[in-house]
Amino acid sequence: MSVEVRLPTILRAHAGGSATVQADGETLGQVFDDLVARFPGLAGQLVTDEGSLHKFVNVYVNDDDVRYLDKLETKIGPGDSITILPAVAGG
Amino acid sequence: MLRMTAGVYTQMVSHCYDDLPNEACGLLAGDPDVGKATMWYRAANVADSARLYTIDPLDHLRADRDAESRGLSILGVYHSHTHTPAYPSPTDVAQAPDPDWHYAIVSLAEEAPVVRSYRIVDGNISEEPVVLDTR
Repeated sequence: MSVEVRLPTILRAHAGGSATVQADGETLGQVFDDLVARFPGLAGQLVTDEGSLHKFVNVYVNDDDVRYLDKLETKIGPGDSITILPAVAGG
Repeated sequence: MLRMTAGVYTQMVSHCYDDLPNEACGLLAGDPDVGKATMWYRAANVADSARLYTIDPLDHLRADRDAESRGLSILGVYHSHTHTPAYPSPTDVAQAPDPDWHYAIVSLAEEAPVVRSYRIVDGNISEEPVVLDTR
């Protein structure tokens, strides 16, 4: 199943400059695996070496922050859209 | 340089006072081809701190979508320093998410607010002028 993934500007260079790309998967983790297979430059940008969601990005399925869902195990259904934004913080 | 409308400037500074004693934070948006902030988005500081800020992720999502619906892009972020000068802290530099963004800081440490803006690229800080347009 293919879903639309909206990328933040900082990551678009790794995806041929596209703001949105298509990727396949039944869970968010599978979608990210497919994204990295298509765009190897995204490796390490979304998921840590330990296999958890990177703390420098926020990921939403439709309007929901996946940290409050099932993180990388969040189920992705037909018509869902995924948005990735940078986490913005400082002091 | 960071160009913004006088209205955005005024509301950004006002928001920083509103959120005292905590740091305030928000996003600036505009036409990316023009590079001028014509919209501002107040965000909740989920760090709930006078020394740190974290933009509420859902506020960020709403701002990003609203900006996109207007044909605009997020151009940068602003936040206040309640007790220190308007210069990026080590935390600001370490967590700067996008080298193309403008990083505006509103210092409330003195009697009058001080607004400065920076580019942060690969950990290097460079100040840029803040230029106001009337519209």
